[in-house]
Amino acid sequence: MPVTDPTRPDAPPATLDVARVRAEFPILAETINGRPLAYLDNAATGQKPRATIDAVRRYYETTNANVHRGVHSLSVAATDAYEGARDRVRRFLGAADIREIIFTRGTTESINLVAQAYGRPRLGPGDEILITHLEHHSNIVPWQLLCEQTGATLRVLPIDDRGALVVDRLDDLLTERTRIVAVGHVSNALGTVNPIDAIIERARAAGAVTVIDGAQAAPHGPVDVQELGCDFYALSAHKMFGPTGVGVLYGRRDLLEAMPPYQGGGEMIKSVTFDGTVYNALPHKFEAGTPNIAGVVGLGATIEYLESLGWDAIEAHERHLLDDATEKLGTLPGVRLIGTAPEKIAVVSFVVEGIHPHDVGTILDHEGVAIRTGHHCAQPVMDFFDVPATARASFALYNTTDEIDALVQGLQRVMEVFG
Amino acid sequence: MISDLADLYQEIIVDHGKRPRNLRVIDVANRTAEGFNPLCGDRVRVYVQVDGERLADISFTGSGCAICTASASLMTQFLKDRDETAAHETFEQFIAVVTGQTDDEDTLTALGKLAALAGVRKYPVRVKCATLPWHTLEAALQDTDNVVSTE
Repeated sequence: MPVTDPTRPDAPPATLDVARVRAEFPILAETINGRPLAYLDNAATGQKPRATIDAVRRYYETTNANVHRGVHSLSVAATDAYEGARDRVRRFLGAADIREIIFTRGTTESINLVAQAYGRPRLGPGDEILITHLEHHSNIVPWQLLCEQTGATLRVLPIDDRGALVVDRLDDLLTERTRIVAVGHVSNALGTVNPIDAIIERARAAGAVTVIDGAQAAPHGPVDVQELGCDFYALSAHKMFGPTGVGVLYGRRDLLEAMPPYQGGGEMIKSVTFDGTVYNALPHKFEAGTPNIAGVVGLGATIEYLESLGWDAIEAHERHLLDDATEKLGTLPGVRLIGTAPEKIAVVSFVVEGIHPHDVGTILDHEGVAIRTGHHCAQPVMDFFDVPATARASFALYNTTDEIDALVQGLQRVMEVFG
Repeated sequence: MISDLADLYQEIIVDHGKRPRNLRVIDVANRTAEGFNPLCGDRVRVYVQVDGERLADISFTGSGCAICTASASLMTQFLKDRDETAAHETFEQFIAVVTGQTDDEDTLTALGKLAALAGVRKYPVRVKCATLPWHTLEAALQDTDNVVSTE
């Protein structure tokens, strides 16, 4: 039973009732190849709670209209629902001003927006962009494109053999030439939690703007962008159990105000004549076209549901899952863990000696265990560890140690097949 | 369901996956090409020494999953000493079988040991593992030393 603090009856429970949580995610009742689904591919995308699915359906059944346009009641209701979700995201990120929350299609689009609307007009030859060796391709390629467009140079903060950033190298990599520092909060391939507070502090001192890829951090808890002091923070709704096709970009208001629009179209304008266009105010300036209204409403409902469970309880449960999986897989003969940084969250990446990750993945799937195999859109990380691919089990609030046991049994089956 | 898995990972496939035959460079090869699957990182290079019409020697190097490695290994064993026309015919038959376009008994018989890879048809995401070495061979025989990609 979850323990409730008697002095704070409205406070969320201190422990997670995992059986009850699981009952709220309909897909977890599915069977795969005749076996119960053990969904351990959460770093790819999270499953959706009933609260999210219902909110999206309810929106379409009762509220659907275009936002910020009509005077009719439905349009007003749709706008309220959409902007209500924006405010919930603002609180989740600890932002001061609702105008600093921009809805996009996902983390990828959020990062591209910063690269093109902030970086492109400002950077030139001699300027540098600093990323890290741990980044997902979506926090590498937009900067490479920007470098091609502006003549700026990309620099890379290295990692050590545990998959942790070598932060000391900031001493020589962070200079007065560094204009942008773009770093993931949590590594999708390895689960490393990066010391972004320290990196942000150093970057600010050097006069660089900071862009945090929070795609892998958001499913595990809220952040406080004001306390972090970052300039931009990007996340995807679908990784944090919300709908696909919705992302968020937090941006510091003064920066966003000074940036030109990313895309042109409806919604982002105040007035249009053939002589010129006056852009709309924040955040609408960056939301050209009809947004994914239902998806945004679904994200708002998702955050509300997660908050009702209590982030501390979720974090404690996920810590337990990571420790359990690390111990069980780490002691399994023939299994080598890839990524053993001291600060990690919810991801165990590994290789099985002599057996390709794709063969591992296919056999595990037969056992009902869904994991990701491949390069995880982080080929530089694979190159560093000299593996073409890894198998990756990634955990979320609804996973259990029984599912980790199913993974271990599945791996024993893999070794039988290839024995 | 478990029988599906046994269909896919037949003993001969596990054996060739673990101990691939003809995994070597042919220094005197006059045809070669590289194949790459960007989705999974499988990479093979096929070497052929063509003597007139005959594939006098055929080998491969690279790294991939058991299905890809076994497919390359069985391919080199099957095609050695056959002529180019026969190799091309086998390519077409093999692709038809592993993509589930044919169940024809005669075709399966003609493929001999290669038919062991027919089980891959039930795994759409793994079909490319089995076909990569063959597409690479086709590129080599056409003497286009470009990198062949599955995507």
